[in-house]
Amino acid sequence: MSRKSLDAFPDHAVSATAAAEAPWPVRRRHREKYAMNKELLAFIIVAVLLAVVPFTFGTSTTFIAMSLAKGLAVLGILILLRAGQVSFGHAMYFAIGAYAAAFLSSAFRGIDMLLLIGAAILASGVAGAIVGIFVTRYRGIFFGMVNLAFSMVFYSILEKAFHITGGSDGMRIRRPTLLGMELKRAEFDIAIYYVILLFALLSVWLVWRYLRSPMGEALRAVKSNETRLEYVGLSAKSVLLGGYIASAVLCGIGGVFMGMVQGLATPEHAFWTRSSELVFIAALGGPAHVAGAFGGTVVFEAVRTYAAALLDDSWQLILGVTLIVIILWAPGGMVELFRRLTGLDRAKTLTPEAGR
Amino acid sequence: MSDYSASPLLLQAEGLKLRFGGIIAADGIDLSLHEGEHLAIIGPNGAGKTTFLNICTGYLRPQGGSVRFENREITAQPPRQITRLGIARAFQIPQLFAEQTVLENMLLAVSVRERHWNPLRNLHAVPERREMEGLLELVGCSDVRDRVASELPEGKRKLADIAIALALKPRVLLMDEPTSGVASADKFDVMETLMNALRQAKVSSVFVEHDMEMVSRYATRVAVWAQGKIQTTGAPEVVLNDPDVVRNVIGG
Repeated sequence: MSRKSLDAFPDHAVSATAAAEAPWPVRRRHREKYAMNKELLAFIIVAVLLAVVPFTFGTSTTFIAMSLAKGLAVLGILILLRAGQVSFGHAMYFAIGAYAAAFLSSAFRGIDMLLLIGAAILASGVAGAIVGIFVTRYRGIFFGMVNLAFSMVFYSILEKAFHITGGSDGMRIRRPTLLGMELKRAEFDIAIYYVILLFALLSVWLVWRYLRSPMGEALRAVKSNETRLEYVGLSAKSVLLGGYIASAVLCGIGGVFMGMVQGLATPEHAFWTRSSELVFIAALGGPAHVAGAFGGTVVFEAVRTYAAALLDDSWQLILGVTLIVIILWAPGGMVELFRRLTGLDRAKTLTPEAGR
Repeated sequence: MSDYSASPLLLQAEGLKLRFGGIIAADGIDLSLHEGEHLAIIGPNGAGKTTFLNICTGYLRPQGGSVRFENREITAQPPRQITRLGIARAFQIPQLFAEQTVLENMLLAVSVRERHWNPLRNLHAVPERREMEGLLELVGCSDVRDRVASELPEGKRKLADIAIALALKPRVLLMDEPTSGVASADKFDVMETLMNALRQAKVSSVFVEHDMEMVSRYATRVAVWAQGKIQTTGAPEVVLNDPDVVRNVIGG
């Protein structure tokens, strides 16, 4: 657009409304601020509760660490859901994160944890950018299937190239140092818990901000009207690519954490059932809010762990029924249920799925 | 009616040719738009009027001919690029971001214009918010500012669509039947508001129109499009009284 045309709008057209807008937007801003403070408060309370877990429920530390790691990956899925896209191949980035750590830790003994995390971010980001260039041409079912194809190719490579990747046994991830400190098993479990917690909280905050920024709002526009997006001067493909890379990186971070907690990277991490598990959790938790990703993961993992203890092989049944109930009566997932119960749904617009 | 041929040339189409199967939409179309003009394109249904808008915005590639904008070749460039150069478009069927409010639609458009890509800044915090609210006031959409776009009545959708196009600060606005879908009692009010907004913002326009009353009131020039050719072009009071035009286009 030329410089000249930027001056096209006279100022009096703008100032005319300044006086007229006084009373109710002020109230609205108050309400928004209030709602945001409540959200911030909830965020802090949850953060504090999670921070004291190692001292109060020490036995669940690893369980929660693994849930948070998976929750990070689900957060990635959530970004794509904003654009109305479902990927059935994101476990690939999860595995890329884990394998990046595995390769590095077998090549360099006593490597630092932060380097492993950095490597996972880099590897998943680059892979996301390369694969993203191809898959962001597609939408809907094709998008999901092309992602699935990429991830299954990657899975096969991991399995077949056993002299490099260790085949189906996978690769060990040696316990890394943290900021140069050598940690014993028990210390490491606590330390990595706090690192994961830190990354999870940071990611939630960043994604929350991102989804409300022009870029994040443009993701929703990919879902609702690509024609208009093109006609305001933006390529839907590049908007989706940005979201895709972000989601790949989140999955990569989730993967490196899961790998370090388990001390293992296996091809299993990239298998398609893992991908659909992430989508399942995102649907269970609800795509309308970042809290859904982690809430969904905790419920999912809890059902899987404790249902198995109560009744053999029942967890798939229980989760299957839960998902049917959610899809039929609360398509916005746990987030929507929560809002209905607390009466918050009037204050905020829900996802359109919920309105249907 | 004043003569605009002395003012700078904005949009210039030369020898445009396009056919779909056996249908000839454009067969050597020459059409130009000068600054300050509001050019109406009239003609029978299916003549290729919308096709012209599609070619100008790069949505369709012509089989022959070229489009120039401010002396720059823009033929078959992607719509987003042409939009960024300063040609905005409003659609016959309004194209809105259905999930977002009208104001958010505007803010998103202006964010693209100003390249606000900071991923940590809230959409509502962009500095052009006031400007967008003013623009909504200007086209008469302030009352639906905070309503989700998919819930708007048709008339407001139409206006919101035009407001989004104006949010881009275009030099040229292409409109496809700007008042279709607006209740007939409000048509002239809406068009009046709209044309005032365009004049204030110094935006030139091309609009496809079927309502001759509308054309004679608001166009500075009329082009008659039939059988893939421009049959006549000129001031509305001349063209609309031309016996050939009356027989072939208006009457028939």
